[in-house]
Amino acid sequence: MTLPPLPDSAIALSQDASNWREAIRLAGAALVESGVAEPGYTDRMIEVVEEFGAYIVIAPGLALAHARPGADVRREGLAVVTLATPVAFGHPHNDPVSVILGLAVTTPESHVTSVAALANVFNDASAIPAVAAATTPDAVRAVLGATGEAAA
Amino acid sequence: MKIVAICGAGVGTSGILKVNAERVLNRLGIDAEVTASDIASIATSAAQAQVILTSPELVDKIGKTFADIVVIENYFDLEELERKLDKALG
Repeated sequence: MTLPPLPDSAIALSQDASNWREAIRLAGAALVESGVAEPGYTDRMIEVVEEFGAYIVIAPGLALAHARPGADVRREGLAVVTLATPVAFGHPHNDPVSVILGLAVTTPESHVTSVAALANVFNDASAIPAVAAATTPDAVRAVLGATGEAAA
Repeated sequence: MKIVAICGAGVGTSGILKVNAERVLNRLGIDAEVTASDIASIATSAAQAQVILTSPELVDKIGKTFADIVVIENYFDLEELERKLDKALG
């Protein structure tokens, strides 16, 4: 169970966002920057929250931004954004959010490996504060156990 | 025993819930099949399920069901999952 590679271009630390839409846009921009998705995927991640609410805030301080597989996903990938000032997503228990993970998958089945790896990392309650406090991409990769480059 | 984890898109968050629910069930020694699904297909995916796992934000969208709805606040808190699953299944 390994995470997709996490190059520097997929990591944006201590960013400024004034609301949850801007926060998701930052995660979408990192997925575009790292070659994982087209800009349209960002809009679709926002639509998921508009349609279903803030359920993507799955743990205190952490949002897992994602949408269904689609033509705007080039390959499976992950992005990590941290906010200088946390923002509210509208979740009854887990607001405010300081860490946004952007996840893009190519098939409904392929996400299982990635999310199992994410669960392995974040079932440790210290992982979210550690990512939120990271000041370098290397520090983020160390917490997630991710590599910077694709193995292939 | 069938358990279905529900999220909006059917990928991502429900997958995390599925993976962690399987860990907890294993720990509790309960034999159950856990699947991940989305709100749109809940009528079919949850028809045979005894338990639906989901987020507080999605409860209102689930509609009528005979399954027990178990609301999970922190998807990474295995103790919360274990406590609530044990209560629902015990």
